[in-house]
Amino acid sequence: MTSNPQLDRHGALRHLLSIEGLPRDVLTHILDTATPFVSVAEREVKKVPVLRGKSVFNLFFENSTRTRTTFEIAAKRLSADVINLNINASSTSKGESLLDTIANLSAMDADMFVVRHAQSGAPFLIARHVREGISVINAGDGRHQHPTQGLLDAYTIRHYKGGFTDLTVAVVGDVLHSRVARSQIHALSTLGVPEIRVVGPKTLVPDSFSRMGVRVFQRMEEALAGVDVVSMLRLQNERMDGGLLPSAQEYFKTYGLTLERLARAKHDAIVLHPGPMNRGVEIESGVADGAQSVILPQVSFGIAVRMAVMSILAVG
Amino acid sequence: MSDSLLAAPLALTGGTVIDPASGREYAADLAIADGRVVAVGALPPGFVAQRTIDARGLLIAPGLVDLAARLREPGLEYKATLESELAAAVAGGVTSLACPPDTDPPLDEPGLVEMLKYRARTLALAHVFPVGALTMALGGERMTEMAELAEAGCVAFSNADRPLTDTRVLLRTLQYAATYDFPVWLRPQEAFLSRGGVAHAGEVATRLGLSGIPVFAETIAIDTLVSLMRVTGARVHLCRLSSAEGLARVRAARAEGLPLTCDASIHHVHLCDVDIGYFDAHAHLVPPLRSVRDRDALRAALADGTLDAVCSDHAPVDEDAKQMPFAEAEAGATGLELLLPLTLRWASEARLARAQALARITCDPARILGLPAGRLEVDQAADLVVFDPLEEWVVSAETLVSQGKNTPYAGLPMVGRTRYTIVGGRIVFERAARA
Repeated sequence: MTSNPQLDRHGALRHLLSIEGLPRDVLTHILDTATPFVSVAEREVKKVPVLRGKSVFNLFFENSTRTRTTFEIAAKRLSADVINLNINASSTSKGESLLDTIANLSAMDADMFVVRHAQSGAPFLIARHVREGISVINAGDGRHQHPTQGLLDAYTIRHYKGGFTDLTVAVVGDVLHSRVARSQIHALSTLGVPEIRVVGPKTLVPDSFSRMGVRVFQRMEEALAGVDVVSMLRLQNERMDGGLLPSAQEYFKTYGLTLERLARAKHDAIVLHPGPMNRGVEIESGVADGAQSVILPQVSFGIAVRMAVMSILAVG
Repeated sequence: MSDSLLAAPLALTGGTVIDPASGREYAADLAIADGRVVAVGALPPGFVAQRTIDARGLLIAPGLVDLAARLREPGLEYKATLESELAAAVAGGVTSLACPPDTDPPLDEPGLVEMLKYRARTLALAHVFPVGALTMALGGERMTEMAELAEAGCVAFSNADRPLTDTRVLLRTLQYAATYDFPVWLRPQEAFLSRGGVAHAGEVATRLGLSGIPVFAETIAIDTLVSLMRVTGARVHLCRLSSAEGLARVRAARAEGLPLTCDASIHHVHLCDVDIGYFDAHAHLVPPLRSVRDRDALRAALADGTLDAVCSDHAPVDEDAKQMPFAEAEAGATGLELLLPLTLRWASEARLARAQALARITCDPARILGLPAGRLEVDQAADLVVFDPLEEWVVSAETLVSQGKNTPYAGLPMVGRTRYTIVGGRIVFERAARA
């Protein structure tokens, strides 16, 4: 099991499970493929026939309305049939094993599985067991990866900054538990961003992250100094119960992104957030709705990037 | 034992004998009668063997002594049975093994231990030495009837892989065990620091988004134990050390004169966290596979004797329990049949004499168990393994006898394979020579 299970013998994408291990040309190909799909949304008929006759199964073992919806829109704009399954509520609670569920769904002539699961690595397990010809897209697994999010963030950054190779990017917040952060770090370093900073309290940003090739900061003011991109992470409610952080209020006081703190970044710096936002916890409304925020464009680019991934998996 | 009286006289001719206790390896014929080795060198004049094994090209060593093999009885027969795992033991050349108390129910009552001993005796394969539960139901609260359990056949007491969270319970159980000079076997892992963890807290776990178990969960537990050893005088054996820092603590405690022994699992001597690869649940082990540096420290400690023994840490797991996302998959690997070839591999990689390497799976663990086993000399019980040191084989569900097919080595080649296993002078396992 040493070869990358995402790539076939010729280095083409078979599944999208993790950004890690994908070469730069694969990432660039996805971003380039996404560009024409952005304009599909501006047409009167927002559909292209790339996936006509194909079935895309959204398998969400963990709830997520937002991500599931964007995948659903992406698949429908490609003319695929989309089947949504919230599996935490059905089979697994009846004792059916994950692989039994997958075997059953494979038998329904699926072409693509979009998988979200609370356990890191679950999409790898699924990809190892699906029938030949079925592609698996990881839509978020535990703390591990959320590759389409990392790609859409890269797309957004490229759109506004024109490239990657002279940027400094700060990733702020709960890096430890964040699959978004891991995907961003791998995507941006592969695409050539020379400096990625991560910042947060030591309970959420352990020093061990320096071994992923990023600079670890504890002070917001230092981490934001002179950056081109500020990527905010969502702080999950369960982190604020006193185990890792004393309170949301104290977190905002030290790590919340305010206009005042943002002024430390370059004057044309952009602000990203994967959503859903906790206003007043990790980000102030003035920033979220401000001129430097690209949070809403991220959402529409996200659909184009997911269309790109699906079409590459379907037709190469 | 009655079955050894039934053992017919046996001769092994033309083989090479390895005696790890004396570190010698030499050509010799062996005569076995009444369950004992009666001659090493030339067969005694007039010795009539009912069967003669042609041991040319084969090595004859004391049967392996394994400090940790889960047989899954009572209660966990869907994973494995005494029949299947004792068959696996002798297929791997293991003639004596200690089984941890993590059965269902745990080995916390003399009746359970007596039943296990009786069942094992009836099967007459490898000798089974149960390790009794240190606390009732391994719950970490009430101590067990250790004296009764010892009488029933327990050779030591342990809480298996369940950490004792209450330090006062740990103190009292050590005091009580020390009263009778019973050895206490503990796996050092601080409970709160390891809660929810499934992999070594390091670069790999960070990358893969797996919850980590830090090295200091091990060292803090050792520090606590060493402090309590000083005040209780208990004899402690540390099970499954995993880190360089943990080994440093052991060296320091021994330099102080404390009666501390320790082991590691053979998997940790060869593998590290990088072997998790793309979430291979077969590399989900307890303790977690640690860094390359830790693995190298374990290898050095095994060579210099800081680690007294290496064990299989055999844990047969059914395939359904492994076909899960990494963190949810049940931990453990099958090991009884890999202990010998993986020890030979370590010897060859570390450029150690085979006799010295085999000591760690024969006479050294026997010393920890307080058994006279693990040596090859006249008058010793004839518990032997006869193996072909050059035979190559591939680990697979078909080649493994154990009901547990769960191993990170699936599909990989091994060198060295058991040909005969002899317990009490009887051939209990035999494999034809590769054509």
